[in-house]
Amino acid sequence: MSEAKALEVPIFEARDLSRHFDVSKPALQRLLSREGRRTLRAVDGVSFAIPRGTTFSLVGESGCGKSTVARLAVGLYPPSGGAALFEGQELAEARKSVAQRRRMGMIFQDPYASLNPRWRVSDIVAEPLRAFGIAEGAAALREKAGALLRQVGLSPADGGRYPHEFSGGQRQRISIARALSSNPDFLVCDEPTSALDVSVQAQILNLMKGLQRDLGLTYLFISHNLAVVRQVSDRVGVMYLGRIVEAAPAETLFTVPRHPYTRALMEAIPDLDMAGRERQPVAGEVPSPIDPPSGCTFNPRCPLANGRCRAERPALIAARGTPETLVACHAVEEGRDGFEGRAAA
Amino acid sequence: MSAIARAWDSDLAYSFRRSPTAVLSAIVALICIVGAVAAPVLAPYNPFDLASLDLMDAFNPPAFMPEGSLAHPIGTDDQGRDVLSAIMYGARMSLFVGVSATAFSLLLGVLLGLLAGYAGGTIDAVLMRIADVQLTFPNILIALLVDGVARAALPRDLHDQIAVYVVIFAIGISDWPRFARTVRGSAMVERNKEYVLAARVIGIGPARIMLTHVLPNVLGPLLVLATLNLGLAIISEATLSFLGVGLPQTQPSLGTLIRVGNDFLFSGEWWITVFPGVALIAMVLSVNLLGDWLRDALNPRLR
Repeated sequence: MSEAKALEVPIFEARDLSRHFDVSKPALQRLLSREGRRTLRAVDGVSFAIPRGTTFSLVGESGCGKSTVARLAVGLYPPSGGAALFEGQELAEARKSVAQRRRMGMIFQDPYASLNPRWRVSDIVAEPLRAFGIAEGAAALREKAGALLRQVGLSPADGGRYPHEFSGGQRQRISIARALSSNPDFLVCDEPTSALDVSVQAQILNLMKGLQRDLGLTYLFISHNLAVVRQVSDRVGVMYLGRIVEAAPAETLFTVPRHPYTRALMEAIPDLDMAGRERQPVAGEVPSPIDPPSGCTFNPRCPLANGRCRAERPALIAARGTPETLVACHAVEEGRDGFEGRAAA
Repeated sequence: MSAIARAWDSDLAYSFRRSPTAVLSAIVALICIVGAVAAPVLAPYNPFDLASLDLMDAFNPPAFMPEGSLAHPIGTDDQGRDVLSAIMYGARMSLFVGVSATAFSLLLGVLLGLLAGYAGGTIDAVLMRIADVQLTFPNILIALLVDGVARAALPRDLHDQIAVYVVIFAIGISDWPRFARTVRGSAMVERNKEYVLAARVIGIGPARIMLTHVLPNVLGPLLVLATLNLGLAIISEATLSFLGVGLPQTQPSLGTLIRVGNDFLFSGEWWITVFPGVALIAMVLSVNLLGDWLRDALNPRLR
């Protein structure tokens, strides 16, 4: 890595980022049943940085807080603690300026809900253009929208139609065209392919990778599909109950997973070589984020858990043996995970 | 394809052609509306022109009765006014009040409903509790209250002049919770949809999102509600006028005509009150049936 690049400010950085939701009952009911307030720690101290032009992915089960991170990253939620930084500037500050706000965009999961059903496609795609004052006048807007539609593999003539006339994959292309229209640098993609057919998923992923190459985009990619994540990511963070338990370069994560949870996830990937072999599922259910376990939140399901795991929250630190991997696990830190033995064998 | 041809081919137009009730009630409603709106042109007499009234013509029965004449097809009232003309002018007033009151409650309900649904929290709680309290009173009671206050607060001659607007306000203010609740419910669903989030990421302000994104998506149920409400507003106005607290006799609506005619019912001059009543029923029923059809036609689950 060159020195200039090492010094470069990451385009997005989360520093100990948290988001808690108040899920208390209404005040009167709380008073009558003598209950306290209840908070759901959707995101609980997450840190990562995304260098320009790369893709950082977050994976995890449903409810682990990955979508909340996505929404924090574009300022849809204010953080409850920590900081979200856009090019080193506090995100809320950055979003006050039109010039900075223009540089971030979001692609959503559900292509059926992310386009206003009453708007024509060209109006949908041109909405950011109008909002940021990039193009003005009906003719200029229509022309720009047509060019964007062509860029994502649709026809400019499609602009006159309504969203319901398109398939899921085509709608996701429209969604991408809208996100691209303000000429952004940073795109947050919240499960952009999970609602699509497998054949269409590949098309959308290829489109996104091509756009990244051509336009130098930076992605924060949220997914629960490990195969998709492996294909698109430079670096991957594994989330469990609102925390990142392991973060590593994509290939390293998939070849040498370190955290017991990541290893269990990898076990669960269907694999032709393993056909017919018995699988070891992750035991138990995900605990409630309203009342998470003490210490390491994975300890009730972890085969390596001991007293320390139940008492002390592990920090995200470089793993023994694979220093590019950051892992939050006492067992890995103490060498109890049998990594050396496995590496030797 | 021309706009008319497109409209003729639309799902809505198809469902309309397939429903005899809808076609029939549309015809009746159209006759009522045209007769009412174009009353000054179409009515055979001007019931407000005192010079043309002749007391010798008073209590003429309808044309199909032995003493009736074709000059007054459905008879005359105690002042010698042509009942048909009075009905047309009265329907004009009724329709004006009904449409204005509905538009007023629609506007108020949509604004407050959008605000409550989109903002949520305290604003929502306060607005909806006000609506709840208002819904516990019968509409007619609220209208009576507003009308009573206006009557007491305004000098008598001034009140007669603005009686129409007092009635519009009274009926409109009592109907807004219906609209507000519908809009609020839909707005709460829409505000969490991803297209609204997409607009928020772009940085579009709440007011603009409400009006350009949320509002167009809650219009369908509103259209149905407004149509049904129109019939109810006309009835409310007729009720108020029948009770004598609505429109004055100088600007009679159908309700006023029914009340005035009611005095002569037992002396045998039934036509003075029955025909305005029939006109009121025809108008309200046809509008309501149209509203019912619209509700079914716009409900995707019933297609």
